[in-house]
Amino acid sequence: MRLLLSAAAVLALGVGVATAQQEVRTGPAAPELEHGKAVYAHWCAPCHADSMGLAGTNSLATKYEGTDIPAALEDRTDLSAPLIQYFVRNGVAWMPPFRRTEVSDADLAALSAYLTAPLEDRGAHVPLLADEMAEMEAAR
Amino acid sequence: MDAATFADGLAAMRSAVGDEWVFDLPADLNTYRDFYSVLWGEPEEKVASAAVAPANVEEVQAVVRVANERRIPIYPISTGRNLGYGGSAPVLSGSVVVDLKRMNRVLEVNEDNCSALVEPGVSFFDMYRHLRESGSKLMMSVPDPGWGSLVGNALDSGGGYTVSGYRGHFEAVCGIEAVMADGELLRTGMGALPGSETWQQYRMGIGPCLDGMFRQSTLGVVTKMGFWMFPTPEAWLSGSVSVLRYEDLEELVRIANELEYGNLFNGMPGFGSPVLTRENPIAMTMIPEPEVMNAMVQESGVPAWSFSPNFYGPERVIREQWAYVKSRFEHIPGVQFAETGFVDLPLSPEDMERIHKPRFGIPSLEIFSVGSRGYGNFNPSDGHIWFSAVIPRSGQGIIDANRVMRSECERLGLDLFMFAPAVTCWTRSFVLFAAVPVYKDGRNAHLRDAVREIIRTCAEHGWGEYRCPPAFMDDVMDAYSFGDHKLRRVNEAIKDALDPNGIISAGRYGVWPERYRHMRRTGGEA
Repeated sequence: MRLLLSAAAVLALGVGVATAQQEVRTGPAAPELEHGKAVYAHWCAPCHADSMGLAGTNSLATKYEGTDIPAALEDRTDLSAPLIQYFVRNGVAWMPPFRRTEVSDADLAALSAYLTAPLEDRGAHVPLLADEMAEMEAAR
Repeated sequence: MDAATFADGLAAMRSAVGDEWVFDLPADLNTYRDFYSVLWGEPEEKVASAAVAPANVEEVQAVVRVANERRIPIYPISTGRNLGYGGSAPVLSGSVVVDLKRMNRVLEVNEDNCSALVEPGVSFFDMYRHLRESGSKLMMSVPDPGWGSLVGNALDSGGGYTVSGYRGHFEAVCGIEAVMADGELLRTGMGALPGSETWQQYRMGIGPCLDGMFRQSTLGVVTKMGFWMFPTPEAWLSGSVSVLRYEDLEELVRIANELEYGNLFNGMPGFGSPVLTRENPIAMTMIPEPEVMNAMVQESGVPAWSFSPNFYGPERVIREQWAYVKSRFEHIPGVQFAETGFVDLPLSPEDMERIHKPRFGIPSLEIFSVGSRGYGNFNPSDGHIWFSAVIPRSGQGIIDANRVMRSECERLGLDLFMFAPAVTCWTRSFVLFAAVPVYKDGRNAHLRDAVREIIRTCAEHGWGEYRCPPAFMDDVMDAYSFGDHKLRRVNEAIKDALDPNGIISAGRYGVWPERYRHMRRTGGEA
């Protein structure tokens, strides 16, 4: 119950941030960010998308409780390329490292460019694969 | 192995696959460690000396020949996401990991035959996208979490949540291609017949069926694998049958088994104890004496036991099946029935918000939330390992396994963050699943001793693990000791005959080639 309450508190604190984000997080990403956004969607979003049911987002919500740092990585504006590279190649907590056969150095550079770009250039949040596929099938 | 031979071997592998796909720098090798290792940071941790990533079968053959000529041990992985059971690290330290992630092609999806042929680097996420974007009518079975490889998960005997015959992932395999230790290619079943159009239709071929040689094995590098797949059903229904007395469990399981073996329901059923999971829904507490448990039910109004059948099929069919299933339990005093879920397929965007995705063959990593910031008081832990014992599929099987495991964990001071004594990945047995949190702060020595003792205790009761992390493979294989360990001796005779230089996956699941047999239990480095 404590965890649920703390999660609710984080969500409440994040309302202002989320609203501001929603205003700029629309449409496609800037063309030069599309590759990095695709890397994020495939490798990061399954744990770090904007949902408290995901381990990465839930863990970061707890880590940054009481601050205005967003729980979803895609909404962060304080990340740097070296920091992103460190966590991708070294892992943290339950998140294992990702190998160069999975996320190549070029992929990692593109991911870093995406996660450090101005929010208005990133476009809409990436969907989880299941949601993307369900929307695609519903549109058929 | 001397340094010059190793360096010569790596140079030859670079020639075969390209410089950029051979890794021997510490930063790269760090990514091949078992991130949930119970030996993390200790001198005995099992680590790779290098990694090589071929892009196709020919490159795999070249790498294996280079290794065989120089007696360099190799350790193939598909995607290396088997965390909790070893991940991407070799069993024998000093091995060269053969990373097959780049071999990521879906070679065929046959809609009429309801089958697929894939390479080992294809992940469940890749396959799901491929099926949906191509408009396939097929549904795959996925493990939870679903970030691994179809091939790798099946080879390690992973399981999913869907339909019998499919959710035991090695049971759904039809046709294997593997590079043997001499570098030659073997195709099993009908794949051995040139021009055959039935590789994914008939598993056996002629003579001994060799697919099993590659399960949890040391005998080849699997480069293609065929799977049977389930046609996406029209609908899914889940029900629950709840009973109120300790004494009702035996009857509940007996009837449920008869119904499943008679194909009256086809989805993975659940067995649990609502009253013993009130505080933590993923960890059943110790089953008390009958009168105590019955009093708990009386006081709380929460049922003693539940059985949850799942049905996949046309709505009118599965509703009739559910009605029949209910009728078989009506004689149990106080029995309660509930329809707990129903959806039409294909799933709508709204359905995605309320379903357990793996039940519909949809890969997800949501399961990690139960451990990272979920139930219990284990946070932050640094990972987990699985303890997975095959136990009898009966009410008494659940009771005995629960009490033995719970009392042993209490005696040994071993924490569990998940404990489910009656999981039904396989249709004919239960699997006792226990998840043990692991840490990187020095607590693991105690954990290893405790797990080894529990392995021995389970063996005394006739229960053996079907799968385990590398640190315990020798201990688990030790328990399968009938005929003075004849099973292991035959496995090792086959190993020595097919891989006389002992290069492939030495020590995996307790099978050691003659060259490294002295490392059994003690470990070592090539």
